[in-house]
Amino acid sequence: MAGLRFPANPDAPASAARRGFLIGAAGAGFVLAFARPGRVFADPAEAIAASAYEPNLWCRIDADGIVTVNIIRAEMGQHVGTALARILADELEADWADVRIDHVDSDPKWGLMVTGGSWSVWQSFPLLSQAGAAARTALIEEGARLLGVAPSACTARASTVSAGGRSIRYAEIVRRGDLSRQYSADELKAMPLKPASERRLVGRDTQAIDIPDKTDGKAIYGIDARVAGMLYARPKLPPTRNGSKVLSIDDAAAKSIPGYHSALALDDPSGTVPGWVMVFADSYAAAIRAADQVQVRWDSDDTAQVSEQQILDHGAKLIADPAAGARVFDDAGVEDAFAQAASVLEHTYTTASVLHFQLEPVNALAFEKDGRWEIHTGNQWQSLILPTLAKALGVGEDAVVMRTYLLGGGFGRRLNGDYAVPAALAAKALGRPVKMVLTRADDARFDSFRSPSIQRVRMAFDAAGAVTAMQHDACAGWPTEVMVPAFMPKGANGVAYDPFAIAGADSWYGVGAQRVRALSNDLANRAFRPGWLRSVGPGWTNWASECFIDEAAHALGVDPVAFRLRLLDGKGRNAGSAPNAVGGALRLAAVIRRAAEKAGWGGTLPADTGLGIAATFGQERDMPTWTACVARVRVDRASGIVVAERLTLVVDAGTIVHPDGALAQMEGAALWGLSMALHEGTRFVDGQVRDTNLDTYTPLRIGDVPALDIEFVASTEAAVGLGEPATTVVAPAIGNALFAAVGARVRDLPIRPDAVRAALEQKSA
Amino acid sequence: MTSLTINEREVTVTSGEDTPLLWVIRDELGLTGTKFGCGIGLCGACTVHVDGRAIRSCITPVAAVAGTRITTIEGLDPAGAHPLQKAWIATQAPQCGYCQSGQIMQAATLLKDFPEPTDRDIDAVMGGNLCRCMAYVRIRKAIHLAAAELKERE
Repeated sequence: MAGLRFPANPDAPASAARRGFLIGAAGAGFVLAFARPGRVFADPAEAIAASAYEPNLWCRIDADGIVTVNIIRAEMGQHVGTALARILADELEADWADVRIDHVDSDPKWGLMVTGGSWSVWQSFPLLSQAGAAARTALIEEGARLLGVAPSACTARASTVSAGGRSIRYAEIVRRGDLSRQYSADELKAMPLKPASERRLVGRDTQAIDIPDKTDGKAIYGIDARVAGMLYARPKLPPTRNGSKVLSIDDAAAKSIPGYHSALALDDPSGTVPGWVMVFADSYAAAIRAADQVQVRWDSDDTAQVSEQQILDHGAKLIADPAAGARVFDDAGVEDAFAQAASVLEHTYTTASVLHFQLEPVNALAFEKDGRWEIHTGNQWQSLILPTLAKALGVGEDAVVMRTYLLGGGFGRRLNGDYAVPAALAAKALGRPVKMVLTRADDARFDSFRSPSIQRVRMAFDAAGAVTAMQHDACAGWPTEVMVPAFMPKGANGVAYDPFAIAGADSWYGVGAQRVRALSNDLANRAFRPGWLRSVGPGWTNWASECFIDEAAHALGVDPVAFRLRLLDGKGRNAGSAPNAVGGALRLAAVIRRAAEKAGWGGTLPADTGLGIAATFGQERDMPTWTACVARVRVDRASGIVVAERLTLVVDAGTIVHPDGALAQMEGAALWGLSMALHEGTRFVDGQVRDTNLDTYTPLRIGDVPALDIEFVASTEAAVGLGEPATTVVAPAIGNALFAAVGARVRDLPIRPDAVRAALEQKSA
Repeated sequence: MTSLTINEREVTVTSGEDTPLLWVIRDELGLTGTKFGCGIGLCGACTVHVDGRAIRSCITPVAAVAGTRITTIEGLDPAGAHPLQKAWIATQAPQCGYCQSGQIMQAATLLKDFPEPTDRDIDAVMGGNLCRCMAYVRIRKAIHLAAAELKERE
């Protein structure tokens, strides 16, 4: 049996990359393998028992021709394995029917294991293409030798090498051939890739491999993991996230609950879950009840008195200090332009706390086996939490492995693997396997939710109404500062900042001298653990910037679409660059133009109905996903209720690998955006989120779905991310449509009926 | 001790009588296709059939269903090929998939009550099932598709 080893993970250590690409003998071994037609994660225990890996094994061709692609990304609804396998299989010229995917467990050999940022396809596309091309080249050379012809006479298609009238299947080459080949990292990079016109899988639809098991109950999520002898656990959560200590535990009332085992205050050397008490029982139902009966007294820090408005007030104070924060853009001449401006426009925008509310509450099963700690759970950033788990357990990182499961929703919640720590600590303390599950309310209280934000945006105009300068200051809790400060770059003024919490403010509009300030809300960082929530910063920065651009257009008496197109001149730093941002701001202008055209911009509408536009470059300037949205809303003046009737989205994401999967991501992301615009949001009150379940937290339901019109720009440019960008354009498009419909401007997200009524009253006053 | 029939199999379970059916199904009987989402009957992930009617198993004590016939997603169709399951695949409806067992079980009773459901019928009956990935466009499409297949069979 021959195998294919691909060490070329972009994030792998340099030494691994230098070892190059190998084709050679490799053993068998699957963990949680998908077997077509999609028996997904069907029997993890059996698969785990059989686990054995070859180092740096990215894909393997077995003697029966089955091609297995190892997937290091979490499957959380994006069908990522299908998309990634299609990239490799296309260059490999593999028969898609022979392709399997294998979602692997954590291992240092994979390099950085993270699924977020809409990065998966973008990061993996070049790598997996080269890997597939290298494997194809080797198979053609060996196939040619077996056929007795020159490699140049051969073509590869559908897992078969052909020359003249003769052909040989990949399976036979693997069985009979000598595939000992090695490519250096440079050779791999130089591997000629097929032109886009020769692609046979990328850009064409297929059914996602993970879907069938999600229709018949066979799909296995973290919450379904089990092992013999495990105890169930539910935590008692302390009054504050970061500064509570257990004073006493009284479990007298719990002892009458059948199946109750014990209650334990966790001793956590990693400091991840201070003040946690775990309640154990023979069943989870008993653990839920017992935890309700266990009485815990805590000593809490001052954040038990912190509420949302204090966080916003603190942010306003930081914004008012011109010396505060990191300067992400700091062009010369900003002060002068504002001082000399013929007019200045300035507005402040706020966004409320938002819960992830991934439907599967966080959970983890932990136990020690053969001197190694096994953590069974769904997770988006194994590389982030493994060192913390090792510290908590007092072992080396090589003594902890995270087993991979499907995620019942990620949305960024499971980038932060803090929930794995208490399960591990409990299993260590009890000396037996512990399966911890949070109830929905526990999950909401322990969420690393989206921080409230406050932003000030200012623009300077000359006498002719031309924009001469712009300043965007954004202050929020910073997930990256709290959880992975090493990921923070430094601004022009040398101050480190959370890039994910300010992205979006660094826009592609040509606005003269530009300043973007990122400010960390240290009160938020202390009072809770700010999280990365689907799209992170652009979720609030775009609310401010795209509402503001609209306000500026109206202040100038210019059509909001025309104003945006005028600013998107594609000059200077907005010209774009290869390979990811070819065309720059002009591609953003193109999707705006197209969305406006599709949505009937400028046409006549019924009373109290309006169109609003917003645009975004997605997540990062280095990976722009050019996205525009036109929202059509109808406003009931009496109640203040805003109804979204239609969302028109146009996106240029470069090459689209799996069109139907891409469309599904756009649909879901747009509706997430709508939900955060009109349906959901909470407030932080006295150290806790106010809303902890669906009785008061009300995400969008099926009857709230508007007409969706989504179009992709045909492109062969670099493939960029699609999981998040559509999330962030919907709220400002709706805010702008609301203004167009009835003249009410709301600057606080979510848009609440009482805020709409207040804005209408203010307008008529 | 409570006796009931689950997916055509007669069983006697030992969980306390006030134990929510959900945990009996998942933890005692090991049928994990039925999911825990909210615990208060408002997300629909735990939906199963009791004597053919969709109920929320997370708020149903096991004693309340003694002697009934319970069907979970695993028992909806022996081959996993109920018209709804086929339609869910044809439309590529699931994203993370966590809510979909409940969605499909709810939709199965929807089609019994409304063999040719309108969009309003779907909104009314499926409004209690949250899909956090917001795959609603395809869920609606899949229900219409399955309804069409069932009608053709007649």
